[in-house]
Amino acid sequence: MSSFSPTRRQVLLSGALALVTGAARSHDGTVHVSIDKLVFSPAEVTVKPGATIEWTNNDAFVHTATVKGGWEVMIPPGKKATRIVQASDSVEYYCRFHPNMKGRIVVSPA
Amino acid sequence: MKPYLTAAVSAVSLLALASFSSAADKPTDPQIAHIAYTAGVIDIEAAKLALEKSKTKDVTEFAQEMLRDHEAVNVQALDLAKKLNVTPEDNDTSKALADAASAKRAELAKLDGAAFDKAYVDNEVAYHKQVNGALETVLIPSAENAELKGLLETGLKLFQGHQQHAEHVAAALK
Repeated sequence: MSSFSPTRRQVLLSGALALVTGAARSHDGTVHVSIDKLVFSPAEVTVKPGATIEWTNNDAFVHTATVKGGWEVMIPPGKKATRIVQASDSVEYYCRFHPNMKGRIVVSPA
Repeated sequence: MKPYLTAAVSAVSLLALASFSSAADKPTDPQIAHIAYTAGVIDIEAAKLALEKSKTKDVTEFAQEMLRDHEAVNVQALDLAKKLNVTPEDNDTSKALADAASAKRAELAKLDGAAFDKAYVDNEVAYHKQVNGALETVLIPSAENAELKGLLETGLKLFQGHQQHAEHVAAALK
């Protein structure tokens, strides 16, 4: 088998994807997004339906995770807030109070 | 709202900020702290007026946000000044900002209903734009202390958010 076999490529590719998308995932099915100085970090998370996204607001200001025409999670200063991911949650969200804060959720197949 | 008055008020404030345009005249850290704090107090006062006068949910919610965000930043600014042992120092820019703001408040106080909402929100857009311009071009580049610079940079991001929120409210009022 050559070193460029599909199998090896697939392994490398999936490893690289895991590095990119798995950074914010913890072991308990909760994906953590922190808010520091008006920035969602990581800005993009990839999650499965049923997983929990937990935002931790480290700022002194009230923030929200708001989907235009959709749901909203209020995240008070110094507090955490969560949402259980729905299959339809591949969305861009922003903070309604500070619309220059933007994030994105990508829902992967269950 | 009288457009010429708004323009005159903005011109006065910009002139005051422009007085620091040459490197030799750049504001000191105690002056920068005072200007930033004053800019916050001005917006808090405007928000209090809006909470007294407006009955529109988008407007009162925005005003509540200005009140709590600017108070939170000013608490951080005072804490930092104390930590750095810096006494904020009054200066011509702070005075010009305060004078322009009290003229604007008197103008807004005469309005009611939809006319007040529009004038308040339009002024919030213009005011945040003006303060953000001053932060970017004068205050942040002039700040010597790294922590003060950091707080101003966070303030800029916060106020840019306020400007966008004010623009959304202004668009919704139309």
